Amino acid sequence: MKHSVPASLNTLSFINALPHGMALLDGDGAVIALNSVLEAISGRRSEAVTGLPLNLVLRTSLPRNDVLKARSHATPISLETDIISAVRKKVPVRLTFSAISGDTQEKCTLCYLEDISAIRKFDQVRGGQITPAGLIGHSPAMQELLEFLPILARTDATVLITGETGTGKDILAQGIHDASKRAGYPFIKVNCGALPENLLESELFGHVRGAFTGAHADKPGMFRLAQGGTLFLTEIGDLPLQLQVKLLTVLDDREFFPVGSSKKVKVDVRVITGTHRDLKSLIRAGQFREDLYFRLNVLKAHLPPLRERKGDVRLLAEHFLQKFAAGLHKKIRGFDRQSMDILARYRYPGNIRELRNIVEYAANICQGDEIAPDHLPEVVRNKDAGQQDAAAVGPGKESAAGTPILAPSAKPAGNTWRETEKNMIMEVLLQCKGNRGEAAERLGWGRSTLWRKMKQHNII
Amino acid sequence: MPHFPMKILLVLQGAWIAPRFDLATEALIMQTDDKGNPTGELREILLPGPSAEELCSLILKEGITHVICGGIEEGHYRYLTWKGLKVMDHIIGTSKEVVRHFLACGELDPETILR
Repeated sequence: MKHSVPASLNTLSFINALPHGMALLDGDGAVIALNSVLEAISGRRSEAVTGLPLNLVLRTSLPRNDVLKARSHATPISLETDIISAVRKKVPVRLTFSAISGDTQEKCTLCYLEDISAIRKFDQVRGGQITPAGLIGHSPAMQELLEFLPILARTDATVLITGETGTGKDILAQGIHDASKRAGYPFIKVNCGALPENLLESELFGHVRGAFTGAHADKPGMFRLAQGGTLFLTEIGDLPLQLQVKLLTVLDDREFFPVGSSKKVKVDVRVITGTHRDLKSLIRAGQFREDLYFRLNVLKAHLPPLRERKGDVRLLAEHFLQKFAAGLHKKIRGFDRQSMDILARYRYPGNIRELRNIVEYAANICQGDEIAPDHLPEVVRNKDAGQQDAAAVGPGKESAAGTPILAPSAKPAGNTWRETEKNMIMEVLLQCKGNRGEAAERLGWGRSTLWRKMKQHNII
Repeated sequence: MPHFPMKILLVLQGAWIAPRFDLATEALIMQTDDKGNPTGELREILLPGPSAEELCSLILKEGITHVICGGIEEGHYRYLTWKGLKVMDHIIGTSKEVVRHFLACGELDPETILR
Protein backbone atom coordinates (compact mmCIF):
# COMPACT_ATOMS: atom_id res chain seq x y z
CA MET A 1 0.00 0.00 0.00
CA LYS A 2 1.35 3.41 -0.88
CA HIS A 3 1.07 6.09 1.75
CA SER A 4 2.64 9.03 0.06
CA VAL A 5 1.45 12.25 -1.46
CA PRO A 6 0.90 11.98 -5.21
CA ALA A 7 3.59 13.97 -6.95
CA SER A 8 1.06 16.14 -8.73
CA LEU A 9 -0.48 17.31 -5.50
CA ASN A 10 1.12 20.10 -3.56
CA THR A 11 -1.39 19.82 -0.81
CA LEU A 12 0.86 19.52 2.24
CA SER A 13 2.10 23.08 2.24
CA PHE A 14 -1.47 24.21 1.59
CA ILE A 15 -3.01 22.33 4.53
CA ASN A 16 -0.22 23.43 6.83
CA ALA A 17 -1.00 27.03 6.06
CA LEU A 18 -4.60 26.70 7.26
CA PRO A 19 -5.60 27.52 10.83
CA HIS A 20 -7.91 24.50 11.14
CA GLY A 21 -7.28 20.81 11.61
CA MET A 22 -6.76 19.08 8.26
CA ALA A 23 -5.86 15.52 7.33
CA LEU A 24 -5.03 14.15 3.92
CA LEU A 25 -6.26 10.59 3.41
CA ASP A 26 -5.32 8.13 0.70
CA GLY A 27 -7.61 6.02 -1.48
CA ASP A 28 -8.08 3.49 1.34
CA GLY A 29 -8.95 6.10 3.91
CA ALA A 30 -5.58 5.89 5.67
CA VAL A 31 -3.73 8.98 6.80
CA ILE A 32 -1.16 10.45 4.43
CA ALA A 33 -0.52 13.57 6.45
CA LEU A 34 -1.88 15.73 9.25
CA ASN A 35 -1.37 19.47 9.33
CA SER A 36 0.25 21.09 12.34
CA VAL A 37 -3.10 22.09 13.89
CA LEU A 38 -4.36 18.51 13.78
CA GLU A 39 -1.01 17.29 15.12
CA ALA A 40 -1.57 19.53 18.14
CA ILE A 41 -5.17 18.40 18.62
CA SER A 42 -4.44 14.69 18.29
CA GLY A 43 -1.04 14.75 19.98
CA ARG A 44 0.39 12.74 17.09
CA ARG A 45 3.18 13.56 14.68
CA SER A 46 2.09 13.33 11.09
CA GLU A 47 4.85 10.94 10.00
CA ALA A 48 4.15 8.59 12.94
CA VAL A 49 0.54 7.95 11.94
CA THR A 50 0.97 7.58 8.18
CA GLY A 51 -1.04 4.63 6.95
CA LEU A 52 -3.31 4.41 9.99
CA PRO A 53 -7.10 4.70 9.82
CA LEU A 54 -8.27 8.19 10.74
CA ASN A 55 -10.55 7.11 13.60
CA LEU A 56 -7.58 5.53 15.41
CA VAL A 57 -5.59 8.73 15.11
CA LEU A 58 -8.36 11.18 15.99
CA ARG A 59 -10.12 8.92 18.50
CA THR A 60 -13.50 9.85 17.08
CA SER A 61 -16.83 8.37 18.10
CA LEU A 62 -17.53 7.60 14.45
CA PRO A 63 -17.44 3.94 13.48
CA ARG A 64 -14.67 3.26 10.94
CA ASN A 65 -17.26 2.31 8.34
CA ASP A 66 -18.83 5.76 8.56
CA VAL A 67 -15.46 7.38 7.92
CA LEU A 68 -14.90 5.10 4.95
CA LYS A 69 -18.35 5.83 3.53
CA ALA A 70 -17.93 9.57 4.02
CA ARG A 71 -14.53 9.46 2.35
CA SER A 72 -15.84 7.62 -0.69
CA HIS A 73 -18.79 10.00 -1.12
CA ALA A 74 -18.76 11.69 -4.52
CA THR A 75 -19.68 15.08 -3.11
CA PRO A 76 -18.28 16.66 0.07
CA ILE A 77 -19.97 15.44 3.21
CA SER A 78 -19.95 16.65 6.83
CA LEU A 79 -20.35 14.48 9.89
CA GLU A 80 -20.72 15.65 13.47
CA THR A 81 -18.91 13.64 16.09
CA ASP A 82 -16.54 14.07 19.00
CA ILE A 83 -12.89 13.27 19.58
CA ILE A 84 -10.71 12.76 22.63
CA SER A 85 -7.97 15.36 22.39
CA ALA A 86 -4.33 14.99 23.43
CA VAL A 87 -5.23 16.52 26.79
CA ARG A 88 -7.98 13.90 27.40
CA LYS A 89 -10.79 16.31 26.64
CA LYS A 90 -13.87 15.30 24.70
CA VAL A 91 -14.27 17.88 21.93
CA PRO A 92 -17.36 18.05 19.69
CA VAL A 93 -16.21 18.44 16.10
CA ARG A 94 -17.54 18.52 12.58
CA LEU A 95 -15.54 16.54 10.05
CA THR A 96 -15.94 17.43 6.40
CA PHE A 97 -14.62 14.99 3.83
CA SER A 98 -13.89 16.25 0.36
CA ALA A 99 -12.47 14.15 -2.47
CA ILE A 100 -9.62 15.74 -4.40
CA SER A 101 -7.68 14.48 -7.36
CA GLY A 102 -4.65 15.62 -9.27
CA ASP A 103 -3.54 15.05 -12.83
CA THR A 104 -2.90 11.38 -12.11
CA GLN A 105 -5.44 8.69 -11.28
CA GLU A 106 -4.47 8.81 -7.61
CA LYS A 107 -7.31 10.08 -5.50
CA CYS A 108 -7.08 11.62 -2.07
CA THR A 109 -9.57 12.89 0.46
CA LEU A 110 -9.17 16.03 2.46
CA CYS A 111 -10.64 15.87 5.94
CA TYR A 112 -11.35 19.23 7.54
CA LEU A 113 -11.97 19.39 11.27
CA GLU A 114 -13.95 22.17 12.92
CA ASP A 115 -14.21 22.52 16.67
CA ILE A 116 -17.92 23.11 17.37
CA SER A 117 -17.68 23.31 21.18
CA ALA A 118 -18.84 26.93 21.20
CA ILE A 119 -21.97 26.07 19.19
CA ARG A 120 -22.74 23.10 21.43
CA LYS A 121 -22.25 25.20 24.56
CA PHE A 122 -24.72 27.75 23.24
CA ASP A 123 -27.20 24.97 22.48
CA GLN A 124 -27.01 23.77 26.07
CA VAL A 125 -27.84 27.17 27.53
CA ARG A 126 -31.11 27.08 29.48
CA GLY A 127 -31.13 23.36 29.83
CA GLY A 128 -31.72 22.57 26.22
CA GLN A 129 -34.53 25.06 25.70
CA ILE A 130 -32.41 26.61 22.99
CA THR A 131 -32.31 23.91 20.41
CA PRO A 132 -29.70 23.14 17.79
CA ALA A 133 -31.80 25.15 15.38
CA GLY A 134 -31.57 28.25 17.56
CA LEU A 135 -35.33 28.01 18.07
CA ILE A 136 -36.43 28.80 21.57
CA GLY A 137 -39.48 27.12 23.04
CA HIS A 138 -40.76 24.47 25.36
CA SER A 139 -44.46 24.58 24.51
CA PRO A 140 -46.00 21.29 23.31
CA ALA A 141 -46.50 22.78 19.82
CA MET A 142 -42.79 23.59 19.55
CA GLN A 143 -41.65 20.36 21.16
CA GLU A 144 -43.52 18.44 18.49
CA LEU A 145 -41.72 20.41 15.80
CA LEU A 146 -38.33 20.10 17.48
CA GLU A 147 -38.68 16.34 17.71
CA PHE A 148 -39.21 16.37 13.94
CA LEU A 149 -36.10 18.50 13.32
CA PRO A 150 -33.50 15.68 13.27
CA ILE A 151 -35.61 13.87 10.66
CA LEU A 152 -35.69 17.01 8.52
CA ALA A 153 -31.93 17.37 8.88
CA ARG A 154 -31.02 13.78 8.07
CA THR A 155 -32.65 13.65 4.66
CA ASP A 156 -31.97 15.57 1.47
CA ALA A 157 -35.69 15.90 0.60
CA THR A 158 -37.19 19.33 -0.02
CA VAL A 159 -38.86 20.91 2.99
CA LEU A 160 -41.78 23.32 2.95
CA ILE A 161 -41.86 25.56 6.03
CA THR A 162 -45.15 27.29 6.65
CA GLY A 163 -46.14 29.71 9.35
CA GLU A 164 -47.33 33.25 9.87
CA THR A 165 -44.92 36.09 9.44
CA GLY A 166 -42.45 36.43 12.29
CA THR A 167 -42.69 32.83 13.50
CA GLY A 168 -39.07 31.97 12.69
CA LYS A 169 -39.13 30.26 9.29
CA ASP A 170 -35.63 31.55 8.44
CA ILE A 171 -34.20 30.32 11.73
CA LEU A 172 -35.74 26.89 11.24
CA ALA A 173 -34.34 26.64 7.70
CA GLN A 174 -30.89 27.66 8.95
CA GLY A 175 -31.23 25.13 11.79
CA ILE A 176 -32.07 22.31 9.38
CA HIS A 177 -29.03 23.22 7.29
CA ASP A 178 -26.72 23.46 10.31
CA ALA A 179 -27.78 20.06 11.58
CA SER A 180 -27.48 18.41 8.17
CA LYS A 181 -24.48 16.86 6.46
CA ARG A 182 -24.37 19.95 4.22
CA ALA A 183 -23.54 22.16 7.20
CA GLY A 184 -19.98 22.83 6.04
CA TYR A 185 -21.31 24.31 2.79
CA PRO A 186 -23.20 27.51 2.03
CA PHE A 187 -26.67 28.32 3.26
CA ILE A 188 -28.15 30.86 0.89
CA LYS A 189 -31.47 32.61 1.33
CA VAL A 190 -33.37 34.14 -1.56
CA ASN A 191 -36.58 36.12 -1.08
CA CYS A 192 -38.76 35.24 -4.05
CA GLY A 193 -41.06 38.18 -3.38
CA ALA A 194 -38.39 40.83 -3.29
CA LEU A 195 -37.35 40.98 -6.94
CA PRO A 196 -39.10 41.43 -10.26
CA GLU A 197 -39.42 38.25 -12.35
CA ASN A 198 -36.53 38.83 -14.79
CA LEU A 199 -34.11 39.83 -12.06
CA LEU A 200 -35.17 36.90 -9.91
CA GLU A 201 -34.44 34.43 -12.70
CA SER A 202 -30.94 35.81 -13.08
CA GLU A 203 -30.52 35.92 -9.30
CA LEU A 204 -31.45 32.25 -8.95
CA PHE A 205 -29.98 30.67 -12.06
CA GLY A 206 -27.31 33.17 -13.08
CA HIS A 207 -26.66 34.58 -16.51
CA VAL A 208 -23.92 34.75 -19.08
CA ARG A 209 -22.31 37.91 -20.34
CA GLY A 210 -24.48 39.62 -22.91
CA ALA A 211 -27.63 37.68 -21.99
CA PHE A 212 -29.50 40.98 -21.66
CA THR A 213 -28.77 44.67 -21.59
CA GLY A 214 -26.55 45.37 -18.63
CA ALA A 215 -25.25 41.81 -18.31
CA HIS A 216 -21.62 42.90 -18.56
CA ALA A 217 -20.21 39.79 -16.94
CA ASP A 218 -21.16 36.19 -16.15
CA LYS A 219 -23.10 35.79 -12.93
CA PRO A 220 -23.19 32.37 -11.24
CA GLY A 221 -26.63 32.69 -9.58
CA MET A 222 -27.65 31.49 -6.15
CA PHE A 223 -28.14 27.86 -7.15
CA ARG A 224 -24.50 27.59 -8.15
CA LEU A 225 -23.29 29.60 -5.15
CA ALA A 226 -25.10 27.18 -2.85
CA GLN A 227 -23.32 24.19 -4.45
CA GLY A 228 -23.08 21.38 -1.88
CA GLY A 229 -25.22 23.34 0.57
CA THR A 230 -28.78 24.53 1.00
CA LEU A 231 -30.84 27.10 -0.86
CA PHE A 232 -33.68 28.60 1.16
CA LEU A 233 -36.37 30.11 -1.05
CA THR A 234 -38.49 32.24 1.21
CA GLU A 235 -41.87 33.67 0.16
CA ILE A 236 -42.13 30.86 -2.39
CA GLY A 237 -45.80 31.76 -2.85
CA ASP A 238 -44.64 34.94 -4.60
CA LEU A 239 -42.54 33.07 -7.18
CA PRO A 240 -43.75 34.01 -10.67
CA LEU A 241 -45.44 31.18 -12.62
CA GLN A 242 -42.78 31.09 -15.34
CA LEU A 243 -40.05 30.56 -12.79
CA GLN A 244 -42.12 27.92 -11.03
CA VAL A 245 -41.71 25.73 -14.14
CA LYS A 246 -37.96 26.28 -14.17
CA LEU A 247 -37.67 25.52 -10.46
CA LEU A 248 -39.64 22.32 -10.89
CA THR A 249 -37.25 21.21 -13.65
CA VAL A 250 -34.21 22.00 -11.51
CA LEU A 251 -35.62 20.04 -8.58
CA ASP A 252 -36.25 17.04 -10.81
CA ASP A 253 -33.13 17.08 -12.99
CA ARG A 254 -30.63 18.88 -10.74
CA GLU A 255 -29.50 20.89 -13.76
CA PHE A 256 -30.54 24.06 -15.57
CA PHE A 257 -29.56 26.58 -18.23
CA PRO A 258 -28.38 29.96 -16.88
CA VAL A 259 -30.10 32.92 -18.55
CA GLY A 260 -28.72 33.32 -22.08
CA SER A 261 -26.60 30.17 -21.93
CA SER A 262 -26.87 27.03 -24.01
CA LYS A 263 -24.68 25.09 -21.64
CA LYS A 264 -26.38 23.11 -18.87
CA VAL A 265 -25.14 23.50 -15.33
CA LYS A 266 -25.37 20.65 -12.83
CA VAL A 267 -25.94 21.43 -9.17
CA ASP A 268 -26.09 19.51 -5.93
CA VAL A 269 -28.20 21.74 -3.72
CA ARG A 270 -30.86 20.98 -1.14
CA VAL A 271 -33.88 23.23 -1.49
CA ILE A 272 -35.91 24.42 1.48
CA THR A 273 -38.86 26.72 0.88
CA GLY A 274 -40.89 28.90 3.17
CA THR A 275 -44.11 30.83 2.92
CA HIS A 276 -46.67 32.58 5.07
CA ARG A 277 -49.27 32.20 2.34
CA ASP A 278 -51.75 29.39 1.88
CA LEU A 279 -50.34 27.65 -1.20
CA LYS A 280 -53.48 25.55 -1.69
CA SER A 281 -55.62 28.65 -2.13
CA LEU A 282 -52.99 30.03 -4.53
CA ILE A 283 -53.31 26.79 -6.53
CA ARG A 284 -57.08 27.22 -6.64
CA ALA A 285 -56.59 30.81 -7.82
CA GLY A 286 -54.23 29.58 -10.56
CA GLN A 287 -51.27 31.45 -9.11
CA PHE A 288 -49.23 28.45 -8.02
CA ARG A 289 -48.52 25.21 -9.87
CA GLU A 290 -49.92 22.14 -8.19
CA ASP A 291 -47.07 19.90 -9.42
CA LEU A 292 -44.51 22.25 -7.88
CA TYR A 293 -46.49 22.26 -4.63
CA PHE A 294 -46.32 18.47 -4.46
CA ARG A 295 -42.61 18.56 -5.28
CA LEU A 296 -41.88 21.11 -2.55
CA ASN A 297 -44.19 19.59 0.04
CA VAL A 298 -42.20 16.36 0.48
CA LEU A 299 -41.60 17.25 4.11
CA LYS A 300 -43.64 19.93 5.78
CA ALA A 301 -42.90 21.85 8.95
CA HIS A 302 -45.47 24.25 10.32
CA LEU A 303 -44.34 26.89 12.79
CA PRO A 304 -47.15 27.66 15.21
CA PRO A 305 -48.05 31.30 15.86
CA LEU A 306 -46.87 32.67 19.20
CA ARG A 307 -50.44 32.86 20.56
CA GLU A 308 -50.63 29.06 20.32
CA ARG A 309 -47.31 28.54 22.11
CA LYS A 310 -48.39 28.54 25.74
CA GLY A 311 -45.56 29.39 28.09
CA ASP A 312 -43.10 30.42 25.39
CA VAL A 313 -43.87 34.15 25.67
CA ARG A 314 -42.13 34.37 29.06
CA LEU A 315 -39.17 32.33 27.84
CA LEU A 316 -38.75 34.39 24.69
CA ALA A 317 -39.34 37.73 26.43
CA GLU A 318 -36.64 36.97 29.00
CA HIS A 319 -34.28 35.78 26.31
CA PHE A 320 -34.70 38.99 24.29
CA LEU A 321 -34.52 41.16 27.41
CA GLN A 322 -31.18 39.65 28.39
CA LYS A 323 -29.88 40.31 24.91
CA PHE A 324 -31.08 43.91 24.65
CA ALA A 325 -30.20 44.84 28.23
CA ALA A 326 -26.64 43.61 27.63
CA GLY A 327 -26.48 45.58 24.39
CA LEU A 328 -27.69 48.74 26.13
CA HIS A 329 -25.38 48.17 29.14
CA LYS A 330 -28.39 48.19 31.49
CA LYS A 331 -28.89 46.02 34.52
CA ILE A 332 -32.52 44.99 34.04
CA ARG A 333 -33.40 41.95 36.15
CA GLY A 334 -36.58 41.03 34.33
CA PHE A 335 -40.28 41.81 34.03
CA ASP A 336 -42.50 42.62 36.98
CA ARG A 337 -45.55 40.44 37.44
CA GLN A 338 -47.99 42.91 35.93
CA SER A 339 -45.99 43.52 32.77
CA MET A 340 -45.48 39.78 32.30
CA ASP A 341 -49.25 39.28 32.64
CA ILE A 342 -49.83 41.91 29.96
CA LEU A 343 -47.31 40.24 27.66
CA ALA A 344 -48.87 36.83 28.27
CA ARG A 345 -52.36 38.15 27.38
CA TYR A 346 -51.33 39.95 24.20
CA ARG A 347 -52.11 38.15 20.93
CA TYR A 348 -48.94 38.95 18.91
CA PRO A 349 -50.19 39.27 15.34
CA GLY A 350 -46.54 39.82 14.35
CA ASN A 351 -45.46 36.79 16.38
CA ILE A 352 -41.89 36.52 17.70
CA ARG A 353 -40.65 39.45 15.63
CA GLU A 354 -43.28 41.61 17.30
CA LEU A 355 -42.45 40.33 20.78
CA ARG A 356 -38.78 41.00 20.09
CA ASN A 357 -39.55 44.60 19.12
CA ILE A 358 -41.80 45.06 22.16
CA VAL A 359 -38.99 43.90 24.42
CA GLU A 360 -36.46 46.08 22.62
CA TYR A 361 -38.77 49.07 23.11
CA ALA A 362 -39.25 48.24 26.80
CA ALA A 363 -35.51 47.77 27.37
CA ASN A 364 -34.85 51.18 25.82
CA ILE A 365 -37.56 52.95 27.84
CA CYS A 366 -36.87 51.27 31.19
CA GLN A 367 -34.62 53.30 33.46
CA GLY A 368 -34.93 51.03 36.50
CA ASP A 369 -34.02 47.42 37.11
CA GLU A 370 -37.36 45.86 36.19
CA ILE A 371 -39.72 46.21 33.23
CA ALA A 372 -43.03 47.70 34.41
CA PRO A 373 -46.29 48.05 32.40
CA ASP A 374 -45.44 51.71 31.69
CA HIS A 375 -42.39 50.58 29.74
CA LEU A 376 -44.46 48.54 27.30
CA PRO A 377 -45.83 50.07 24.08
CA GLU A 378 -49.36 51.45 24.42
CA VAL A 379 -50.82 48.96 21.93
CA VAL A 380 -49.67 46.09 24.09
CA ARG A 381 -50.97 47.63 27.31
CA ASN A 382 -54.36 48.03 25.68
CA LYS A 383 -55.42 44.40 25.72
CA ASP A 384 -58.56 45.01 23.71
CA ALA A 385 -56.57 46.65 20.93
CA GLY A 386 -54.29 43.65 20.82
CA GLN A 387 -57.18 41.23 20.53
CA GLN A 388 -58.81 43.33 17.85
CA ASP A 389 -55.62 43.28 15.79
CA ALA A 390 -55.33 39.55 16.20
CA ALA A 391 -58.90 38.98 15.10
CA ALA A 392 -58.13 40.61 11.79
CA VAL A 393 -55.09 38.43 11.26
CA GLY A 394 -55.39 34.83 10.33
CA PRO A 395 -53.11 32.24 8.85
CA GLY A 396 -51.93 33.32 5.45
CA LYS A 397 -52.56 36.99 6.04
CA GLU A 398 -49.95 39.61 6.70
CA SER A 399 -49.88 41.07 10.15
CA ALA A 400 -48.43 43.91 12.18
CA ALA A 401 -45.07 42.20 12.04
CA GLY A 402 -42.90 43.85 14.61
CA THR A 403 -44.27 47.35 14.59
CA PRO A 404 -45.56 47.95 18.11
CA ILE A 405 -43.66 51.17 18.47
CA LEU A 406 -45.49 52.79 15.63
CA ALA A 407 -48.85 51.20 16.21
CA PRO A 408 -50.18 53.92 18.53
CA SER A 409 -49.86 56.47 15.76
CA ALA A 410 -51.93 54.35 13.39
CA LYS A 411 -55.69 54.81 13.10
CA PRO A 412 -57.17 51.78 14.78
CA ALA A 413 -60.91 51.91 15.53
CA GLY A 414 -63.25 50.86 12.75
CA ASN A 415 -60.49 50.04 10.20
CA THR A 416 -59.38 46.58 9.12
CA TRP A 417 -55.78 45.68 9.75
CA ARG A 418 -55.05 45.94 6.05
CA GLU A 419 -56.21 49.56 5.98
CA THR A 420 -54.37 50.32 9.20
CA GLU A 421 -51.18 48.88 7.79
CA LYS A 422 -51.55 50.84 4.57
CA ASN A 423 -52.12 54.06 6.50
CA MET A 424 -49.15 53.34 8.68
CA ILE A 425 -46.86 52.79 5.69
CA MET A 426 -48.12 55.98 4.01
CA GLU A 427 -47.68 57.95 7.21
CA VAL A 428 -44.09 56.77 7.70
CA LEU A 429 -43.25 57.33 4.03
CA LEU A 430 -44.53 60.89 4.35
CA GLN A 431 -42.49 61.40 7.51
CA CYS A 432 -39.41 60.08 5.70
CA LYS A 433 -40.14 62.19 2.61
CA GLY A 434 -40.42 59.06 0.48
CA ASN A 435 -37.07 57.61 1.56
CA ARG A 436 -37.86 53.88 1.52
CA GLY A 437 -34.70 52.81 3.32
CA GLU A 438 -35.41 55.12 6.22
CA ALA A 439 -39.10 54.17 6.22
CA ALA A 440 -38.25 50.46 6.31
CA GLU A 441 -35.90 51.10 9.21
CA ARG A 442 -38.53 53.02 11.16
CA LEU A 443 -41.10 50.31 10.52
CA GLY A 444 -38.68 47.62 11.67
CA TRP A 445 -38.81 45.84 8.30
CA GLY A 446 -36.27 45.02 5.64
CA ARG A 447 -36.36 47.10 2.44
CA SER A 448 -37.70 44.10 0.53
CA THR A 449 -40.57 43.59 3.00
CA LEU A 450 -41.54 47.25 2.67
CA TRP A 451 -41.35 46.98 -1.13
CA ARG A 452 -43.59 43.89 -1.09
CA LYS A 453 -46.11 45.47 1.26
CA MET A 454 -46.19 48.67 -0.81
CA LYS A 455 -46.93 46.53 -3.84
CA GLN A 456 -49.67 44.65 -1.99
CA HIS A 457 -51.30 47.91 -0.94
CA ASN A 458 -50.92 49.42 -4.44
CA ILE A 459 -48.81 52.25 -3.07
CA ILE A 460 -46.40 51.79 -5.99
CA MET B 1 10.53 -3.55 34.63
CA PRO B 2 7.98 -3.86 37.46
CA HIS B 3 8.67 -6.71 39.89
CA PHE B 4 5.21 -7.55 41.12
CA PRO B 5 2.29 -9.55 39.76
CA MET B 6 0.20 -7.51 37.38
CA LYS B 7 -3.37 -7.84 36.20
CA ILE B 8 -3.62 -5.95 32.91
CA LEU B 9 -6.75 -4.92 31.06
CA LEU B 10 -6.52 -3.92 27.42
CA VAL B 11 -9.48 -2.10 25.88
CA LEU B 12 -10.00 -3.56 22.42
CA GLN B 13 -11.61 -2.92 19.08
CA GLY B 14 -11.06 -6.08 17.09
CA ALA B 15 -7.36 -6.79 16.93
CA TRP B 16 -6.44 -3.22 17.84
CA ILE B 17 -6.40 -1.24 21.05
CA ALA B 18 -9.75 0.62 21.00
CA PRO B 19 -9.33 4.30 20.13
CA ARG B 20 -11.95 5.24 22.73
CA PHE B 21 -12.27 3.96 26.30
CA ASP B 22 -15.89 5.18 26.54
CA LEU B 23 -16.98 3.44 23.35
CA ALA B 24 -15.24 0.10 23.71
CA THR B 25 -17.25 -3.10 23.95
CA GLU B 26 -14.37 -5.57 24.18
CA ALA B 27 -11.56 -6.05 26.68
CA LEU B 28 -8.75 -8.48 27.27
CA ILE B 29 -7.51 -9.38 30.75
CA MET B 30 -4.13 -11.00 31.36
CA GLN B 31 -2.02 -11.66 34.43
CA THR B 32 1.72 -11.83 35.04
CA ASP B 33 3.83 -13.19 37.85
CA ASP B 34 6.34 -11.06 39.75
CA LYS B 35 8.91 -11.59 36.99
CA GLY B 36 6.58 -10.26 34.34
CA ASN B 37 5.82 -13.64 32.77
CA PRO B 38 2.23 -14.28 31.68
CA THR B 39 0.34 -16.64 33.94
CA GLY B 40 -3.06 -18.21 33.52
CA GLU B 41 -5.21 -17.81 30.45
CA LEU B 42 -6.07 -14.66 28.57
CA ARG B 43 -9.67 -13.67 29.22
CA GLU B 44 -11.61 -11.92 26.51
CA ILE B 45 -14.61 -10.00 27.79
CA LEU B 46 -17.50 -8.81 25.68
CA LEU B 47 -19.22 -5.89 27.36
CA PRO B 48 -23.02 -5.49 27.12
CA GLY B 49 -22.61 -2.02 25.60
CA PRO B 50 -20.23 0.94 25.49
CA SER B 51 -20.04 2.69 28.85
CA ALA B 52 -16.98 4.23 30.50
CA GLU B 53 -18.63 3.97 33.93
CA GLU B 54 -19.42 0.26 33.54
CA LEU B 55 -15.91 -0.36 32.31
CA CYS B 56 -14.44 1.47 35.32
CA SER B 57 -16.50 -0.61 37.73
CA LEU B 58 -15.48 -3.84 35.93
CA ILE B 59 -11.83 -2.78 36.19
CA LEU B 60 -12.13 -2.23 39.94
CA LYS B 61 -14.17 -5.39 40.49
CA GLU B 62 -11.56 -7.47 38.66
CA GLY B 63 -8.71 -5.97 40.70
CA ILE B 64 -6.89 -4.71 37.60
CA THR B 65 -3.55 -3.01 38.24
CA HIS B 66 -2.77 -1.72 34.71
CA VAL B 67 -5.09 -0.39 32.02
CA ILE B 68 -4.00 0.00 28.40
CA CYS B 69 -6.30 2.05 26.18
CA GLY B 70 -6.55 4.66 23.42
CA GLY B 71 -8.28 7.95 24.21
CA ILE B 72 -9.78 8.31 27.68
CA GLU B 73 -11.46 11.34 29.19
CA GLU B 74 -9.71 13.18 31.98
CA GLY B 75 -12.45 12.32 34.52
CA HIS B 76 -12.15 8.57 34.01
CA TYR B 77 -8.35 8.74 33.85
CA ARG B 78 -8.20 10.57 37.18
CA TYR B 79 -10.69 8.24 38.78
CA LEU B 80 -8.68 5.15 37.88
CA THR B 81 -5.31 6.65 38.84
CA TRP B 82 -6.83 7.88 42.12
CA LYS B 83 -7.84 4.28 42.75
CA GLY B 84 -4.16 3.37 42.41
CA LEU B 85 -4.18 1.94 38.90
CA LYS B 86 -1.62 2.71 36.24
CA VAL B 87 -3.37 3.92 33.09
CA MET B 88 -1.42 3.89 29.83
CA ASP B 89 -3.51 5.86 27.34
CA HIS B 90 -3.17 7.23 23.80
CA ILE B 91 -1.86 3.84 22.76
CA ILE B 92 -2.18 2.87 19.10
CA GLY B 93 -1.36 -0.66 18.06
CA THR B 94 -2.51 -4.22 17.73
CA SER B 95 -3.21 -5.95 21.05
CA LYS B 96 -0.62 -8.63 20.20
CA GLU B 97 2.19 -6.13 19.61
CA VAL B 98 1.19 -3.97 22.56
CA VAL B 99 1.25 -6.96 24.96
CA ARG B 100 4.58 -8.14 23.57
CA HIS B 101 6.11 -4.70 23.89
CA PHE B 102 4.73 -4.10 27.36
CA LEU B 103 5.91 -7.44 28.73
CA ALA B 104 9.34 -6.85 27.25
CA CYS B 105 9.79 -3.24 28.39
CA GLY B 106 7.29 -2.83 31.23
CA GLU B 107 6.32 0.54 29.77
CA LEU B 108 4.47 1.86 26.73
CA ASP B 109 5.36 5.04 24.95
CA PRO B 110 2.28 6.74 23.47
CA GLU B 111 4.49 8.12 20.69
CA THR B 112 5.26 4.64 19.41
CA ILE B 113 2.77 3.01 17.10
CA LEU B 114 2.84 -0.73 17.61
CA ARG B 115 1.53 -2.45 14.50
